[in-house]
Amino acid sequence: MRYLDEYRDPRLAARLLDELRRTVSRPWTIMEVCGGQTHTLLRSGLEQLVPRGLSMVHGPGCPVCVTPQETIDRALLIAAQPGVIFCSFGDMLRVPGSEGNLLEARARGADVRIVYSPLDAVQIARQHRDRQVVFFAVGFETTAPATALAARQARLWQVTNFSLLVAHVLVPPAMEAILQAPDNQVQAFLAPGHVCTITGFEAYCDLAARYRVPIVVTGFEPVDLLEGILWAVRQLEAGRYRVENQYARSVRRQGNREAQQVVAEVYEVCDRTWRGLGMLAQSGLKLRDAYADLDAERRFALPPSRSKENAECRSGDVLRGRIRPPDCPAFGTRCTPEHPLGAPMVSSEGACAAYWHYARRQAVGSRS
Amino acid sequence: MSQFSPPACPVPHEGADRILLAHGEGGRLMRRLIRDVFLPALDHPQLRARADGACLPPVEGTPVVSTDSFVVSPLFFPGGSIGSLAVYGTVNDLAVCGAEPLYISVAWIVEEGLPVAVLSRIVEDLARAARTCAVSVVTADTKVVPNGAADQVFLTTTGIGRLRPGIQWDVQRVCVGDRIVVSGPIGDHGIAVLAARGTLGLELDLASDSAPLHELIGATLAHSPGVHFVRDPTRGGVAAVLHEVTEAAQVTLEIEEAAVPVRDPVRSACEILGLDPLYVACEGRLVAFVSPESASSIVRLLQSHPLGLRAASIGQVTGRGLAEVHVRSPLGALRVLDEPAGAPLPRIC
Repeated sequence: MRYLDEYRDPRLAARLLDELRRTVSRPWTIMEVCGGQTHTLLRSGLEQLVPRGLSMVHGPGCPVCVTPQETIDRALLIAAQPGVIFCSFGDMLRVPGSEGNLLEARARGADVRIVYSPLDAVQIARQHRDRQVVFFAVGFETTAPATALAARQARLWQVTNFSLLVAHVLVPPAMEAILQAPDNQVQAFLAPGHVCTITGFEAYCDLAARYRVPIVVTGFEPVDLLEGILWAVRQLEAGRYRVENQYARSVRRQGNREAQQVVAEVYEVCDRTWRGLGMLAQSGLKLRDAYADLDAERRFALPPSRSKENAECRSGDVLRGRIRPPDCPAFGTRCTPEHPLGAPMVSSEGACAAYWHYARRQAVGSRS
Repeated sequence: MSQFSPPACPVPHEGADRILLAHGEGGRLMRRLIRDVFLPALDHPQLRARADGACLPPVEGTPVVSTDSFVVSPLFFPGGSIGSLAVYGTVNDLAVCGAEPLYISVAWIVEEGLPVAVLSRIVEDLARAARTCAVSVVTADTKVVPNGAADQVFLTTTGIGRLRPGIQWDVQRVCVGDRIVVSGPIGDHGIAVLAARGTLGLELDLASDSAPLHELIGATLAHSPGVHFVRDPTRGGVAAVLHEVTEAAQVTLEIEEAAVPVRDPVRSACEILGLDPLYVACEGRLVAFVSPESASSIVRLLQSHPLGLRAASIGQVTGRGLAEVHVRSPLGALRVLDEPAGAPLPRIC
């Protein structure tokens, strides 16, 4: 199949692995930022194949994982209100709040629906004018254009019973928070290709220069990741630090201007709390005043949050790349997909889920 | 909604053109429904006798019974409908036990308000599927529930078959070294049904693989020495079957990902939706555990039958004791194949 098979070609992968083995002269720690990249690493088994000493740590690029518990709790409160149709990407449904998750809310009678596009939620609102339809706008810069478009469309169609519970977050501030941490181990980044498809990579050039860290904008197939790792290692070995674009078939330096425009029209940058990383300045998006009437948090009078994250869950350390999921004492014992302590165990891009699904034996075995 | 709309010209039916609660309450409307909709399609002396049960002639050898319920949405999809699925599903459960199917019973739960024309079309599909399999529908029951208490039609079928002589397929016979064979591309049914729902905007050149397996099995595996265990992968796909086997036989399996046959439309849809084809339902495929000596001849034999053209050996039993399924990626690395959890694709059969 075109655009897939060539990026999964075992012979090409073997050549890149050989090249990588020849290039690495000492241990390096590289973080792949995006959860989709983490899953490819684990699913294809690349983690087992890269040279020893080359340590891949997994980044915060899973939007479901970094959505704080208080936002999940707000979603649960809104979904439980009479007359509400609560729409979400499927990933959010199993994420634990303080009391249960959205799937359990549905079983108790809430009308919780999975949609594949935020525009579907606007359509649902048009079809049910007597109900309040709320879309859970979670995601990085990749998803924000779609939710912004839904807001613009709702305005255009005068769909007044539609609103957004916004929890959008931005990648560069999270990378900066990791780099600023005193115990940071990360020496190079594979930047998220899909985020950069929207935003371009100017912001990453600034990070690379200020923190003297190599950044390779990387795709999501095994060959993409191997090439991204190889380019990052070449920079590390040569003492260079600049932004390179491995995912050139999708990413342009300037990004997607139209998508950026719709995001800028609907949203503005704000401070945001991340699960595990805490409050990060200028790291999220909120609705601009012109769209404030679409803000679900204003529309529904919600009590002040008293959410507390599970103290045993070490997802903050996982999301910062300080530990790998199997290093968490609860992994695979008190924390499983059926009984998760935190979101990374149930999100389809979560690092804990990736280890559970693809590398459980090695993970659990390596600890015992 | 499905692009497979019911026929424009409804079957003539005295009285209401939609199912009413009274159709299920044993009175005149019910008798008319049986006379006008069920009996013309499902003509059988046992049904015509309208007794509460069917008296069947003695079955030679070991009788085999299986039962299954069907709640698929939409009712009609490329390659089948809930009517044909309800027959093939139960026939296949008998077939993979090593039985020849003989009789079938059908229980209908119908939602008030269903167009009689839709019910007629399902009955005709079910009758045609039964004729294809040479099984007789010998007893049936219909209940009508109020609007909203069910979604259109739910079916339960129970099949009776006769164990083919000499067959001893048993999960306990699965042993280290056994090869794992599938009879064709996997995941067609799940993805075809998902696309037919029309909610994802997927336009695929793909039909469900829904088909009866008893003839394929009768022509191939039933005469092949070295077959240890056979199962049809439905909900949870091939992954669910593999996990059942590891659990029951306490063995470790290894699947060669590149060897698993998957059609391009299924691969594309799975890539878009983030699904693994190994978890997607089939309705006309089998997974067989066979001895290493017999594996290549069994694959060739399956490939000689129209339902097994793309049969392939996809892996083997590698060890005892550790009940796990491993997948060898095309790059040569090994990962765990997790047990299906939750329902990525609800109401697929």
